[in-house]
Amino acid sequence: MSSNNHELNKFPWKHVIGLALSLILTLIALWVVVSLSLPTVATLTIIVLLAVCQAFIQLLMFMHINENHGRGYRILAIAFGFYIAVVVVYGSLWIMWFTV
Amino acid sequence: METTNHTPIEYSTEEGSNKILGFWVFLGAEIVLFSALFSVYLVLHSHTAGGPTSKDLFEVKEFMIETFLLLISSFTCGLGTIELRRHNVKGLVAWLVVTLLLGLGFIGMELNEFITYVTVEHATLQTSAFLSGFFVLVGTHGAHVSFGIVWMICVIIQLLRRGVTPVTARKAFIIGLYWHFLDVVWIFIFTAVYLTGLVL
Amino acid sequence: MIENIKSFLGSFFVTGDPMIYGADASIALATIGIVFYLTYFKKWKWLWDEWLTTVDHKKIGIMYIIAAILMLFRGGVDALLMRAQLIIPNNTFLTSQHYNEIFTTHGTIMIFFMAMPFIFGLMNIAIPLQIGARDVAFPFLNAVSFWLFFLAAMLFNISFVIGGSPDAGWTSYAPLAGLKLDPGVGENYYLVALQISGIGTLATGVNFLVTIFKMRAPGMTLFKMPMFTWSTLVTSIIIIFAFPVLTIALALMSIDRLFGAHFFTIEAGGSPMMWANLFWIWGHPEVYIVLIPVLGIFSEVISTFAHKTLFGYKAMVWSMIAISVLSFTTWLHHFFTMGNTAWVNSFFSVSTMIIAIPTGVKIFNWLFTLNKGRIEFTTAMLWALAFIPNFTIGGITGVMLSLAPADYQYHNSYFLIAHFHNVLIAGTVFGVFAGLHYWWPKMFGHVLNERLGKWAFWVFMISYNICFLPMYFIGLMGMTRRMYTFPSGLGWEPLNLVITLGAFGMGVGFLIMVWMIVYSAKYGKRDTTGDPWNGRTLEWATSSPAPEYNFAHIPQVETVDAFAHMKEKGTAGNIYKAPFQAIHMPNDTGIPFILSVFFFIAGFGLVFEWYWMAIPGTIGIIVSMIVRSFKDHEDHHHIPAEEVEQTERAAGRLS
Ligand code: HEM
Ligand SMILES: [Cu+2]
Repeated sequence: MSSNNHELNKFPWKHVIGLALSLILTLIALWVVVSLSLPTVATLTIIVLLAVCQAFIQLLMFMHINENHGRGYRILAIAFGFYIAVVVVYGSLWIMWFTV
Repeated sequence: METTNHTPIEYSTEEGSNKILGFWVFLGAEIVLFSALFSVYLVLHSHTAGGPTSKDLFEVKEFMIETFLLLISSFTCGLGTIELRRHNVKGLVAWLVVTLLLGLGFIGMELNEFITYVTVEHATLQTSAFLSGFFVLVGTHGAHVSFGIVWMICVIIQLLRRGVTPVTARKAFIIGLYWHFLDVVWIFIFTAVYLTGLVL
Repeated sequence: MIENIKSFLGSFFVTGDPMIYGADASIALATIGIVFYLTYFKKWKWLWDEWLTTVDHKKIGIMYIIAAILMLFRGGVDALLMRAQLIIPNNTFLTSQHYNEIFTTHGTIMIFFMAMPFIFGLMNIAIPLQIGARDVAFPFLNAVSFWLFFLAAMLFNISFVIGGSPDAGWTSYAPLAGLKLDPGVGENYYLVALQISGIGTLATGVNFLVTIFKMRAPGMTLFKMPMFTWSTLVTSIIIIFAFPVLTIALALMSIDRLFGAHFFTIEAGGSPMMWANLFWIWGHPEVYIVLIPVLGIFSEVISTFAHKTLFGYKAMVWSMIAISVLSFTTWLHHFFTMGNTAWVNSFFSVSTMIIAIPTGVKIFNWLFTLNKGRIEFTTAMLWALAFIPNFTIGGITGVMLSLAPADYQYHNSYFLIAHFHNVLIAGTVFGVFAGLHYWWPKMFGHVLNERLGKWAFWVFMISYNICFLPMYFIGLMGMTRRMYTFPSGLGWEPLNLVITLGAFGMGVGFLIMVWMIVYSAKYGKRDTTGDPWNGRTLEWATSSPAPEYNFAHIPQVETVDAFAHMKEKGTAGNIYKAPFQAIHMPNDTGIPFILSVFFFIAGFGLVFEWYWMAIPGTIGIIVSMIVRSFKDHEDHHHIPAEEVEQTERAAGRLS
């Protein structure tokens, strides 16, 4: 979101699109689970990817993560957080399921 | 990459921009906090100890309504930030109040869901490891939302008293970030708890 | 009625052991003594105004360090008690229960209430000065961090006399630490106190990260920062991303114990191993949290006293960054023996070996810095030099432990105890001692006595090796950790005796150090220049002790070793050149202290499951936060230009 003055007076398209996308992605995820009978792994992969897309929508369209004023540091913080989150979740499951 | 030739008011002081960055960093920590809860929940998901399973409990209609309430509240909160940058206190407060009401609706539904599980389904925190994980993961998110509601009320009062100043603007912006973030967490709960619970 | 009260008191206070009564008496006497002193000399107001409400990073740093030294004493006494018990076979000095409690409090206190706060103290003292800032980014939050740590430490320590100490080890493994096998309040103390201090630690991490990112003096790009600042930056990142996992682990176990959930229990599908998993996801990064900052300290000390720029600055930085990323991928090496699959053990074995590489890089950089340097053997430098070989032993035995199949032999033996003390003492403890000597003049305006300092160094360092080197061998001979006594006839007697002698030697070293501090306060050489060591970084550019506002003018930085460069160019005086301007500073506030007291009250209530106490405490916490929120627009003031001028004149900086 730019804070350029005349930009500010425009209709908030970005937010409306963001909302629409997130509602649609949510419904797709539900549809994949309820109406498609894909193999479990495929279903889970798809819905996790959809969730990640949604996270990006929030970050980019609502949270202004990409605007100026210290963008680099901000992105670093969130990216590192995601890295650790993946390590923690994936690592724990790998360890605690005792399969491979 | 977007550039601005204008510094928004919440970033206009050094303190303001430091605190906003500090809050982003805190959100990074929150991601990790929730990831630990998710990993516990997922590891324990099958440990139902003869008690109800996720398939027995989750109701599509209920959790879809909860999800929509939060998604829409994130949108209204974002509109609030736009009003903030227009220095429009009235618009900002109005959107924050709408957000807050949607948040209250969400909390109400979640409480109702929990109460149903406990009283009707006899699924409590103590029943099984799966349910411990469920209640604590979803409950931690709910506690965050409740905290956010109290916090938002404080910010609204300060906005009404003092108008949009660099300090109040910073607070309004930060509570907005918090709110969107909780929405992100919910999306993952929606995916990893509710939808996954229907599959596995 | 009377009977009820009696039985309540009997279980509330720990009874039955002369040592406990001794502790009760000394705690009571010390408290009375302090209250009397403060009242008699009318110091209450001074205490409140100067210390309890301060947000000045330098004072907060001093308080951290005082608290950490006290905790080093407490943890050290625990260590000596353990070693006294193990001096001869079949000793009956301590019972098994008592021994369990002591190794638990020893480990917990040393890590959470000694090592980390000591390091945070030094960071508080040095970081804003090194980057040419007036304070940290969030001074209020900084005070909150300190008081949360301090009151959590007090909460943990009173377990000794009220209710009973935790006894399931500093790792508090489930199911041993669960309610079934460990009823009573001891483990609750562990869980609640660490939770409270953990919140403070997380806030410290955020605070220093933002401080270093955003408050550097003009011209100080990231790659011109002093090495201690870099190490603090990396440490902050690790704190921010590791501590939330501990928060969750502690919270879940608390919920298990207090509300009957089944995360880590044996019944109803709980997974005790999940505790170990979460604990070490935090725990391995934690060892870097207490290590990386001291690597920064050693870099500063070595480059200052070798009178050279640090060799391989970029390699140092990149190796720390690599460590911060990799430190999150090795945690399983703490439980290789829990029956993991071969792939899991192999992965974590290799990742552990990989992380040794950046550490090795740093060792060579220090050696090359020393090479052809003009070395000055101050006490700080001695600690730094002793670190290199001693720590390397710990590092090498660490790589031995990282080999999963071999670990089945070493695991939980004294070999392990020797390894981690070799890194924790030669790393962290030597490091904070070096830092203490190095920055003491900046804190108090006088230099620590070098003669006593060197005595303390040699006594401590030699005893340390006498204590811990034999542990490797006794570990290989089969002695396991957490063993409260041992039978005769296994050939363990001589080594155990030597170990205990070494431990008491370290105690002597510590006492010499305390004496050195007292002696130096009286007779120490005053530091009138602000630059006693011919330093290279900005903290030495201001007077000693630094004025409230740190720098009259914010310095301009052009190179690494900014102050050395200024001295060469003759521009060092610009920092205190008239005319002056008013300086914007944060106000003192009592809220952090009060907030933390409420945390203490709520925490104590939770420990005993007294909700009539925990709930009002929690309400107090929330109200304090709301009060703060409504008042924070008025939390700054200005120091007028005249006052700055007076201060600089008094420090002898204006001709
Ligand atoms: C004064 C010097 C010290 C001595 C003589 C000493 C001695 C000991 C001994 C005898 C044990 C218990 C071994 C057992 O029975 O399992 C122990 C455990 C431990 N020590 Fe130290 N120690 C010292 C300093 C430190 C320091 C400085 C730290 C940390 C910074 C530390 C951290 C620990 C930890 C984490 C444990 C494990 C506790 C447990 O098993 O739960 N120690 N130490
Ligand atoms: Cu480790």
